[in-house]
Amino acid sequence: MTEVCIIGAGIHPFGRTDGVSGLQQGVFAVRQALADAGVEWPDMDIAYGGSSAAGNADIMVNDLGLTGLPFINVANGCATGGSALYGAYASIKAGQADLALAVGFDKHPRGAFDPRPSDWGLPDWYGETGLMLTTQFFALKLRRYMEQFGISPVTLGRVAEKAFENGALAPHSWRKQPVDLDTIMNAQMVNDPLTKFMFCAPAEGAVGLILASAKKARELGIAAPVTLKAATVRTRPPGSFEVFSPSLDIDRGPSPTVIAAKAAFEAAGLGPGDIDVAQLQDTESGAEIMHMAENGFCADGEQEQWLAEGRTGLGGKLPVNTDGGCLACGEPIGASGLRQVYENVVQLQGRAGARQVEGARTAYSHVYGAPGLSAVTILQR
Amino acid sequence: MPEMLADIAEGLLTHGAAPALIGGRDRSTGRIVFPCPADAERFEAVELPREGRIWSWTVQRFRPKSPPYTGPEAFEPYAIAYVELLGATIVETRLAGFAFDALKVGLPCQLVTEDFAGKRSYAFGPAEAGDGSRGDGIAGEGA
Repeated sequence: MTEVCIIGAGIHPFGRTDGVSGLQQGVFAVRQALADAGVEWPDMDIAYGGSSAAGNADIMVNDLGLTGLPFINVANGCATGGSALYGAYASIKAGQADLALAVGFDKHPRGAFDPRPSDWGLPDWYGETGLMLTTQFFALKLRRYMEQFGISPVTLGRVAEKAFENGALAPHSWRKQPVDLDTIMNAQMVNDPLTKFMFCAPAEGAVGLILASAKKARELGIAAPVTLKAATVRTRPPGSFEVFSPSLDIDRGPSPTVIAAKAAFEAAGLGPGDIDVAQLQDTESGAEIMHMAENGFCADGEQEQWLAEGRTGLGGKLPVNTDGGCLACGEPIGASGLRQVYENVVQLQGRAGARQVEGARTAYSHVYGAPGLSAVTILQR
Repeated sequence: MPEMLADIAEGLLTHGAAPALIGGRDRSTGRIVFPCPADAERFEAVELPREGRIWSWTVQRFRPKSPPYTGPEAFEPYAIAYVELLGATIVETRLAGFAFDALKVGLPCQLVTEDFAGKRSYAFGPAEAGDGSRGDGIAGEGA
């Protein structure tokens, strides 16, 4: 089957941009991606895109041009971007398109998300009694994991410290100031054991990626394109621990991340040891810790030593979240998964400046979202 | 707990001297979930064990948004947990009567009812000393 390449990447800076709608940020990112690829909007065969709170992606044709292309709106929670990319990838793989767009954008109000029980098929009392908060879920999953595998609070602090260090080096990040470990550890507790610096915040931003068949990339004269070796999306298996669960099965099962990662490594013919740089979902510090193991990069509990030794920092054995991840970029839900892929493209092209991972050839991204789905990509150049 | 309080939801708790949570047992697989789903063809209502152990916990340090939260405006942090009910399921719950700094995974606890915003709701509190039983209901005969 045909190989799929990423030949263009664009981003609207993450954070807060007053006066610019989420959709406009999306259009900005698409135009930058088209220019990066050296193609025009009328060249595109198909588009996939979405946001969680900033409108329908296909409205973009008003700004980009009424070329008649199929434009599929995607709504897959935190994995919206990852699912859009999967759609674009599958279209090219299937021979239905030579050039495809994946775009994700969002613009959220300040403060935590406030879901309604009925939207999730849950009874009203679950929300009324204060059990329906995403931050609680993260803390509860993490507390159990720390207890089982001996992860200490300072390891959570180290993840956040690294995120803000890396974020300070990324032009598209939101948080530009490093924060020291003491400040992180002694900050206001949000949901024990997580302090406010260990949580990401809803934000704004957009990413556009132009995908091409290998044949099309050659025709366009692109010498060494970034190849998408795998793009997988998986929903939750029985026994996984997901947000908004009034009960959990005693017989625990793997997470959707575990099966998405396994499928991606198999599709790419690669293993965790082949990865030079990784972007892992870090909604909060503990998520990055747990996702290191769920994606197969270390055994449960080894994160304690990895973080103490700085193995996931820039210059470490496996740099993780080189642009500061969600902690430093915030989480515009529809765009977040594609930001990870954007960062990997920039890393593989050697354009990452002060945060460049030297000699990076193979890059991994993982996004996770409610109510239990994960999307993984493996890129190589 | 005065009996005159209306339940926060129907089918959540049994009545009587020692109320229990009502779960649902999947008639084909034996899997137990909480609360009991409305699909009576698939799920049979079962009383869940009243005692369990803290499986994981956290403290809610900021006031949740209203709606949906109906707790008091004047906010006090509260502890929540997943509690493993042996042989049945792991339920999410508010905790009552524990000091935050004493919370840990594995602590024994038991079901209590509480007045939540004028309605009868449930929580788990410290296990009463000397009560080493695993409760009645379906303990030991689950999936």
